[in-house]
Amino acid sequence: MKTNDIILQTVTKIVSFIILMFALHIFFAGHNNPGGGFVGGLLTSGAIVLLLLAYDIKTVANSLPIDFKITVAVGLLFAVGTGLGSFLFDVPFLTHAFGELTIPILGELHLNTAVLFDIGVYLAVVGSTMTIIQTIGEGE
Amino acid sequence: MNVSEIDEFIGALLILIGGIISVISATGIIRFPDVYTRAHAATKSTTLGVLLSLVGAFIYIWLTENYISVRLMLGIVFVFITAPVSGHLIIRAAYRSKVNMTEDTVEDELKKVLDNQTEVH
Repeated sequence: MKTNDIILQTVTKIVSFIILMFALHIFFAGHNNPGGGFVGGLLTSGAIVLLLLAYDIKTVANSLPIDFKITVAVGLLFAVGTGLGSFLFDVPFLTHAFGELTIPILGELHLNTAVLFDIGVYLAVVGSTMTIIQTIGEGE
Repeated sequence: MNVSEIDEFIGALLILIGGIISVISATGIIRFPDVYTRAHAATKSTTLGVLLSLVGAFIYIWLTENYISVRLMLGIVFVFITAPVSGHLIIRAAYRSKVNMTEDTVEDELKKVLDNQTEVH
């Protein structure tokens, strides 16, 4: 008998967007409030796992055509890249810089290169979590 | 009683009502006879209890510290959407794995529908 998952699938469509939005909020709030790359990455993979629970693995792979092993590599590249970038300014490895930038629409922003390192953490966490779950899910 | 005391009282009262409703729901989980009635107690009144506590915390922070917490608003919406659905899924899993109802049950309308479906196919 074919099961009827319409309630779960409809709610997943709404709730996964709320989770992704909250993950983004947690990621950017990490400098001054609790949060950061690790929790943001875990929340994002939680949203993708919810999609995997409501739909099957092929539908999710079609709508998100990302190889998560490459995501880990890109994340590590970001982390090492921000570390190596400090050599260009003749300062020790992983020295971070910050400054005030005035951007036309957004106004004055306090930007920090530690965010780039955090993006690396975020991508590595999303990639490794999704690789673990997808390889276990696909295995017979 | 000045203004801030009234504000604190509103928040505290909502949180207290939420706590009482959660205790009532826990009593329901202990005292009801089968899994379906227990889930009825667990999903509905716990959702209301959590919602009232969150609304109380939201109003308290809003009035005393003049800070509108978007996380609490999102949490209220999120719990309101997801808690009934999780109850529905647990109960459906219980029904499909043929958990017995209590002996007081008068009618099982879903059984007829599911039996008809299997006959058609």
